[in-house]
Amino acid sequence: MSEMRTPLSRVRGLGSAKKGTEHFWLQRVTALANIPLAVFFVSAMVAHAGADYVTVTAFLSRPIVALVMLLLILSMVWHMRLGLQVVIEDYIHGHMAKLLALILNTFFALAVGTSSVLAILKLTLA
Amino acid sequence: MVEIALPKNSRVQKGIVHKADKKLEKPRTLKIYRWDPEDPANPRMDTYEIDAADCGPMLLDALIKIKNEIDPTLTFRRSCREGICGSCAMNIDGQNTLACTKGLDETKGKITVRPLPHMPVIKDLVPDLTNLYAQYQSIEPWLKTDTPQPQSEWKQSREDREKLDGLYECILCACCSTSCPSYWWNSDKYLGPAVLLQAYRWLIDSRDEATGERLDDLEDPFRVYRCHTIMNCAKACPKGLSPAKAISEIKKMMVTREV
Repeated sequence: MSEMRTPLSRVRGLGSAKKGTEHFWLQRVTALANIPLAVFFVSAMVAHAGADYVTVTAFLSRPIVALVMLLLILSMVWHMRLGLQVVIEDYIHGHMAKLLALILNTFFALAVGTSSVLAILKLTLA
Repeated sequence: MVEIALPKNSRVQKGIVHKADKKLEKPRTLKIYRWDPEDPANPRMDTYEIDAADCGPMLLDALIKIKNEIDPTLTFRRSCREGICGSCAMNIDGQNTLACTKGLDETKGKITVRPLPHMPVIKDLVPDLTNLYAQYQSIEPWLKTDTPQPQSEWKQSREDREKLDGLYECILCACCSTSCPSYWWNSDKYLGPAVLLQAYRWLIDSRDEATGERLDDLEDPFRVYRCHTIMNCAKACPKGLSPAKAISEIKKMMVTREV
């Protein structure tokens, strides 16, 4: 009967996980990186509003643009994964459901990331 | 998962209305949460009419008046009646605060009084804070030293003593922790603002020799990092302290020793 455990024993539980700061720090670092990268991306897209397919693909295939786009994808996707992980940990309390959601979160981030990277590489290396 | 609706037996019903039997000079109406563990009925909101002209100035005075003159079954905690013991923490008009420092004239219209949110209720306005007290015990809130005890006191510079200002005033009333949504969802593992403010009080104490071990114990995705700077804690604190700031200082210490 778990009710017979003392409150202190329940609170101490399995002890401290001895991690958490790296997650916190990386979330801030990627957030910081996202500011200039997103500003670049949004202004580039606004500048190309109404432009035809050839112009936009030519712009995205320039090495310096492709490089910034790759950094944007890496930073955004990593930030998304870390952020969604926190949401899942906050709200999903069933152990199995939480594990499954955390794994799917990583798979989703990797799928979005690798497909976006592939698209940029295809443009710039073609 | 987070529960959005209350379980059936916790849904709050309309309660008994205790009307005043004579004309009141300054009538005030209080709606108070009632639940008795010995009664199988659901919790209810009882209504009481009192004369503020014949009552002390604070909400606690009104509760004591109701208990003395209208309904002796009304149950609540109180002790010092001057904001230093933290016993009469409750939710008044949607805000966690101390009944003894909340003036009746600070409120308008009907006053709604409920126990501190999202805690198990023992009876009426009395919440079960067992978990919070165990969490407080878990941070070992006492001076830890390896150096042999000095002949006189442990010395501390004026500047180091000043670092405890804004921390030592905490009376552990639990207004902050029970106002924190993160604590509502994850109080089994998240220590919550009150206990983390206390943890920081010992982390920043220049006389303590266990700072590293204390940080090791807090270094956990849940114990500290469930704080998402929602700031309800700082808004609720009846002593005007900022647990949110203390928590961010803990995070800063964590990052400083790692990066």
